[in-house]
Amino acid sequence: MSDKLPQPAGLPIFLLDGHEIPFQPGQTVMQAALEAGFYIPHLCFHEEFKPHGSCKVCTVKVNGRTVASCTTAAAADLDVESETSELRDLRKTLVQFLFTEGNHFCPSCEQSGNCKLQAVAYELDVLSAHFNPIFPDRPLDASHPDVLLDFNRCILCELCIRASSEVDGKDVFALAGRGITKHLIVNAESGRLADTKLAVNDKAMSVCPVGVIQRKRRGFAVPIGQRTYDQKPISEVTISRLQGHPIGHAEDQEGDGR
Amino acid sequence: MPEVFSAILVQHEHNPTRLVQILRDVMAAVGELTPKNITAIALGLGLPRARVEGVACFYSFFETEPRGRYRVLFSDSATDRMAGSVQLRQRLLDAFDLKLGEVSRDNLVSIGTTSCTGLCDQGPALLVNGRAIARLTPARIGALSSLIRGGSPVEDWPENLFAIDVHIRRADLLLATPYLPGDLLQAALARGPQGCIDAVRQANLRGRGGAGFTTGQKWQACRDAPGEAHYVVCNADEGEPGTFKDRVLLSDYADQVFEGMTVAGYAIGARQGYLYLRGEYAFLQDHLQAMLQRRRRDHLLGSGILGVDGWDFDIQIHWGAGAYICGEESALIESMEGKRGIPRNRPPYPVTCGYLNQPTVVNNVETLVAAGFIVGQGPEWFGSRGTPRSAGTRLHSVAGDVERPGVYEYPWGVTVRQVLEDAGARLERTQAVQVGGPSGTLLGPSEFGRRIAFEDVPSAGAFMVFDDSRDMVEVIDNFAHFFAHESCGFCTPCRVGTTLIAQMTHHLVQGKGTRRDLKDLSKVALVMKAASHCGLGNTAGNPILQGLQKFRPAFDGKLASTEVLPSFDLDEALAAAREATGREDEDAHFFGEYCAEAANPASALAAHTSRAAPTALSARKSEVP
Amino acid sequence: MTAVAKKKLRVATVSLAGCFGCHMSILDIDERLIELLEHIEFDRSPLTDIKTCGPCDIGIVEGGLCNAENVHVLREFRQNCRILVAMGACAVGGGLPAQRNHLDIRDCLQTVYLTGMGVQRGFIPNDPELPLPLDKVHPLHDVVKIDYFLPGCPPSADAIWKFLTDLLAGRTPSLGHGLLHYD
Ligand SMILES: Cc1cc2nc3c(=O)[nH]c(=O)nc-3n(C[C@H](O)[C@H](O)[C@H](O)COP(=O)(O)O)c2cc1C
Ligand code: SF4
Ligand code: SF4
Ligand code: SF4
Ligand code: FES
Repeated sequence: MSDKLPQPAGLPIFLLDGHEIPFQPGQTVMQAALEAGFYIPHLCFHEEFKPHGSCKVCTVKVNGRTVASCTTAAAADLDVESETSELRDLRKTLVQFLFTEGNHFCPSCEQSGNCKLQAVAYELDVLSAHFNPIFPDRPLDASHPDVLLDFNRCILCELCIRASSEVDGKDVFALAGRGITKHLIVNAESGRLADTKLAVNDKAMSVCPVGVIQRKRRGFAVPIGQRTYDQKPISEVTISRLQGHPIGHAEDQEGDGR
Repeated sequence: MPEVFSAILVQHEHNPTRLVQILRDVMAAVGELTPKNITAIALGLGLPRARVEGVACFYSFFETEPRGRYRVLFSDSATDRMAGSVQLRQRLLDAFDLKLGEVSRDNLVSIGTTSCTGLCDQGPALLVNGRAIARLTPARIGALSSLIRGGSPVEDWPENLFAIDVHIRRADLLLATPYLPGDLLQAALARGPQGCIDAVRQANLRGRGGAGFTTGQKWQACRDAPGEAHYVVCNADEGEPGTFKDRVLLSDYADQVFEGMTVAGYAIGARQGYLYLRGEYAFLQDHLQAMLQRRRRDHLLGSGILGVDGWDFDIQIHWGAGAYICGEESALIESMEGKRGIPRNRPPYPVTCGYLNQPTVVNNVETLVAAGFIVGQGPEWFGSRGTPRSAGTRLHSVAGDVERPGVYEYPWGVTVRQVLEDAGARLERTQAVQVGGPSGTLLGPSEFGRRIAFEDVPSAGAFMVFDDSRDMVEVIDNFAHFFAHESCGFCTPCRVGTTLIAQMTHHLVQGKGTRRDLKDLSKVALVMKAASHCGLGNTAGNPILQGLQKFRPAFDGKLASTEVLPSFDLDEALAAAREATGREDEDAHFFGEYCAEAANPASALAAHTSRAAPTALSARKSEVP
Repeated sequence: MTAVAKKKLRVATVSLAGCFGCHMSILDIDERLIELLEHIEFDRSPLTDIKTCGPCDIGIVEGGLCNAENVHVLREFRQNCRILVAMGACAVGGGLPAQRNHLDIRDCLQTVYLTGMGVQRGFIPNDPELPLPLDKVHPLHDVVKIDYFLPGCPPSADAIWKFLTDLLAGRTPSLGHGLLHYD
């Protein structure tokens, strides 16, 4: 993080943990903070997509009210708190919620080390899921010739849905169910990925922050222990990348957001 | 595509924003949304199939799994339970030898539960194929099972079975003021659109749906917002458990409701209004349609209202399908647009960007009735009741442990004690009142002197009374399961938090709670309150936080002695392996306080060894030499 | 190592539904073990062959709970250890064994012992000496109170070292980037 960025003259500013953050009108608190080199933990936010604010991991206090920073418009003179122990605890609990509701077997996950959920958990010093795991039953979909879906890891961030709809124009993914039974489905009467139009070059292939959408036959190209977030914490990786200095292996950076 | 489908799609002009209505009609026509049905609907509307499936799976009343030809859903509100719904439900289950949620082998019947059906003053209640039956008794359950066995269509069942009572116990400004259809429209015309808004604003009317936003200000913002069209939506989703006053307004004061909507439309410049009506109130359909028809005939609706050229306004009913979250105004709008009921990000607010992204006023049923009367009778009339910050009156749906459940209209500022006395609660035996429903405020006896008003205890209209025979932890567990069932699942805190809370209150009710559970309960509730996306998640922890604060002994009484207990039943966790191996020896069991079976190892062992014949698996094993 | 108590701390370790990988990682702290042994002594542990756990200061448990015996041993540890540590992904979250949780244990036993490929004249073992499997694999904190979690599969020797030295020095163990791993 750097708090001595050259400040474009004339831009309005707000305060983030006491630092002056300049912003362009129309930006959210998250966008302006990242641009200024300040990391706020996030999972469902991706700079190429319209924020929708579901994970709430980016929760900050704005003038004393807790809000999602990714959907809150920046405004002059806001007083934003982010790195307080109260907010860290809150984020930590939310990340533990995500581990509790899914099946996250990191040691056998191809995404381990490049996984945003895991990296945010490291950042927040999450040592266990704390709550009693729910162990939902979420069958894999290996029907597609090139792609494997492991729903066990899905955190319901909707990035693949947004990417497939807005960028690929295919609407391969959608959500079904509600509450804790909410789950990702694919666009086929059979319910099988093979019967959708998903192709390996789709944007939807590269936006998943966790390890749901996996390319087949490409496992463990980079050994565990040498992957992106093994090298640097996600706060540094994110800011470096946004400033044009990616950390980690090219294939991990693909589509980015990770 | 089956012909019924084509007809339904044509009737809705193949309009994707009508998806929820289309699914409702298809459900009514064929009883189930099979994968094929969903594909057909998606094709007909030009929508991605997965999106249609996503909507179909969101609403409780849309069945995507096979169900019985008769689908029975018991209302599972706390007051239904207090009136014996669990026992009656068991009686019906036994009659068909079914478990909850199961479909009978002959596909005749399935029996489940649903969130509060808004019949708390005449519970227990249930829905059978969408039609409500109230005042359940063992005799009525008997009649019901015979009718189901008889196999005749629900439409042909005796009408008296479906009779819904109306109990108006106290009438004040809204319920007692004489009125003739058209009165309020004449008054509106005399005031002019801005004059109507000014009157409502002067009257200081605040929304009755829960948030208490100033209605005049809302109307003004909507009127001032640019748009191709403006809309009025009457929020009759009435999903808050324990609330039924909007049902009574719609059954006995529908003219006033529609007239209030028409006045609102006039004030903001809308030509179309919608009544978003919860699916549970399907029994109001014919009555309301007839009412709308009559108003059109009498030039109180349609084009040229009161004969005034260019005053066009009509009202359509939009049906909900079993989703409490659709009472939240932006989720309601999403639902009206044919989508999953997920609350939007705000700003922008509906007044500038609502239904079809046009300026939209969403108001509660009671708000609209009050606003209509204010335009008719004047702000001073309205200000004659209430308190400085809560003008006028408020309808309370009183239910639970009282002699006279029903709707009570009081000026704001009435004390809780007054309501209890008037409704015939035994004060000395009343241990709690839940004001405003599960998302509202839980009060103990020391607080019965408090006043129901925005400045003290606000209320969304429910008033549930619990006497000292009730287990408050069970009540709170019921609320917890309600929220877990109704969370839309959009945001992490509410989706996971409501489920964890329901798990922990369940432990407590079973006497297996621990101090760790209590700590985690408040922790989760606070995270939900702080970080949730909408009012549901923000308030879903209230019963826990207030319960722990005000009824702590009830919680402590549920605690097991140790600090941490297994989060699951250890002995039960061995049952599958016991079955597979055929073992019943001592090491094949867990004994102790954390198991469902008796605490005494020897007796538990005896209970197990006297169990019935070997299971299929162990039998097979013994066949193999 | 800083500020260590004079009396040696008694430490018990055990592997439940684990693969001993975490214990191998303890051994991987190499020559630092000698330094460690100046401050601790082992009670029940695969390293000592003591079979039951006596009163201890610290209990370190590898592996989650997949059968009845695991539960009994875990409770023995909880009763005897002032501080109980869940070590490794399996103990902390169920780990790889928990990947069977979506299967019905009856089907598993049947497939493995009766109907699976190549099984002849099979039967499901029902010897009372064998612990019965639980229907699901659980992390330790589902059954007893856990004081500290040390994730990793296995946690690296450095992570274990950092964790133990923190603990022995009376600090709340803190791993930090590089040592905190779930894989
Ligand atoms: C979960 C949830 C459920 C709600 N349910 C209802 C409802 O059933 N009826 C209602 O009028 N308002 C309900 N509301 C409040 C609405 O969002 C909205 O504030 C209200 O309809 C506005 O009308 P009013 O200003 O007349 O109160 C609900 C809010 C939330 C968060
Ligand atoms: S599959 Fe990945 S991108 Fe899609 S919703 Fe799940 S976590 Fe998000
Ligand atoms: S708070 Fe609950 S109901 Fe509201 S958006 Fe979040 S998950 Fe949905
Ligand atoms: S955490 Fe990894 S190393 Fe440790 S027991 Fe489990 S599988 Fe083995
Ligand atoms: S990043 Fe803001 S809510 Fe997910």
